Amino acid sequence: MLATARNLIILAYTIRRTLILFASLFIAAAVLFVLLRLLPGDPANALLGVGATSEQIEAARAQVGSDQPLHVQFVYFIGSLARLDLGTSFVSRASVLEEIANRMSVTLPLTLLGFFLAIALAVPLGIVSAVRAQSWYGGAISVVSQLGIAIPVFWVGILLVTLFSINLRWFPSGGFPLRGWSDFSEAARGMVLPALTIGLVMGASLLRYVRASTLDVLGSDYLRTARALGSSFPEALVRHGLRNGAVPVISILGIELATTFLGAVVIERVFNLPGLGSMLLLAIQQRDYPNVQGVLFVSTLLVLLIGFAADIAQRLVDPRLRRTSVQA
Amino acid sequence: MTITQVGSPSRGRRHSVALRAGALLVGMHVFVGLLTLVWLPYDPNAFTGGRLEGASLQHMVGTDRLGRDLFTQLMIGSRIALQVGTGAVAVGAFIGVTLGILAAFASKWLDDALAATLDILIAFPTLLIAMLVVAASDQASLWSAILALGIALSAIVARLTRILAKRVLVMDYITAARTSGSSWPKIVFIHVLPNIWPTLSVNFALQFGLAVIAEASLSYLGLGAPPPNASWGRILQEAQGTVYTAPLGAIAPGIALVSLAIGVNLLADGLRERVDDRLGDR
Repeated sequence: MLATARNLIILAYTIRRTLILFASLFIAAAVLFVLLRLLPGDPANALLGVGATSEQIEAARAQVGSDQPLHVQFVYFIGSLARLDLGTSFVSRASVLEEIANRMSVTLPLTLLGFFLAIALAVPLGIVSAVRAQSWYGGAISVVSQLGIAIPVFWVGILLVTLFSINLRWFPSGGFPLRGWSDFSEAARGMVLPALTIGLVMGASLLRYVRASTLDVLGSDYLRTARALGSSFPEALVRHGLRNGAVPVISILGIELATTFLGAVVIERVFNLPGLGSMLLLAIQQRDYPNVQGVLFVSTLLVLLIGFAADIAQRLVDPRLRRTSVQA
Repeated sequence: MTITQVGSPSRGRRHSVALRAGALLVGMHVFVGLLTLVWLPYDPNAFTGGRLEGASLQHMVGTDRLGRDLFTQLMIGSRIALQVGTGAVAVGAFIGVTLGILAAFASKWLDDALAATLDILIAFPTLLIAMLVVAASDQASLWSAILALGIALSAIVARLTRILAKRVLVMDYITAARTSGSSWPKIVFIHVLPNIWPTLSVNFALQFGLAVIAEASLSYLGLGAPPPNASWGRILQEAQGTVYTAPLGAIAPGIALVSLAIGVNLLADGLRERVDDRLGDR
């Protein structure tokens, strides 16, 4: 009976949140449309060389669609996004969607590897450093995480390259095999240092949240009550502390995953990887608008999906948030 | 309980190691940053030594590949980092806390709309917004970077503020305050802000560090403020290519950057411990 009510509330929330997701996507597309129109010059210019005649300019504008009034352009823009038609690159004439899918095969594994590495480091170490805050290793973990969060990701990359590529020669200093993942061992070797870089930096920042959250739990009345009622310390921590401590961490997790995914731009530059980030950087430099727009739209879509998942997960973990979502 | 009570003199003495270390590190950068306004060891653009020289008495961290003094450039880097960090956090905190509180108090409909907008802003995070600003303005400047970073940070601050405030708003004492007729500004300033402040202040410090690092990343990507603004990121980018022959050039700017970021984080931790003590007193 109670479980059904709970499921209904979650279901109602999920439906509402899905509607919000689509509304968000629409707003995001509008923001994207405006942002891209802020970029200097007519996108048609990118198609043309220096000294194009006015007929050529008109032809190019008709091809790009920038001769149409803005609202017509917007409807057309939304229509093609809804069909996932991202157009073709001005520079390479290749399909933007195919190029993105291609680049995803580098960026997605890199992000996920780094993310899971970060969680594997941060959760156990964060809890230990809070529970054993008075011991030397609890303090040491905390100090190292301070160091970790203050280090720019590209510098960690440079240092890791100096150590593991130049001095020890264990891993390549950068690059990715031309044949991609069909050359599995080379591709995997190329992923190690970039993923390690992300994992270390992100793990350190995550650790701080896990630690802070655990400290909050440790100081809580309900934990003391549970102990007073005879629970052992680990039992009380797992039964009562984990859920309470997880709520803020889940929201941070969602943000961190999104940031990591988009922060791959820098990592890809350090290690010279052909991912989504380097595609965006190149597209901005070449004023290749379809590519800029495509990368931004797909990354926005992914980040919104991550936020969606994080919100649902929070409701599953914390019943109080379920109630407020109905009352507030 | 207001923010001004954070620095209670009677307590926190045993915790103040982090606070002091943080103040020392940040203070050092502030001193150097202010010093660059009136004095520099060398003209930052003059070729005052041989190319890629090592450390010496004349050039404490050597010279770059054009023979310019690196220490001078690092000093200017301090000033730029502080400008960017302070500016971005001020912009981000003002917009972020305001939006987050509004969302937490708003009707369901408005809250959803704000939450969705925040999700979108986060979907265009720090670096991407800044990259677009740089692409949009043909000439990137320090101010465009500050504004871009501040706006990007504000979404993160707002999202956190909203979540924290909502957790506070379901408490019994809020209901009690509402029932007894407290106005909502009163509830915000007396109950909500003091309660979420510890977590927020830790977050602001993180954002300061993130802003400094994001600016360095932009410069590293070649999208930062143009010369003569010697950003640490740009120095690192130039030094990466010569890390074999002049490792110091790839290490020293990183250390400068890290020391500032750590300093700010320590400062925040020290403050947080004081606040916790204070809350524990009641």
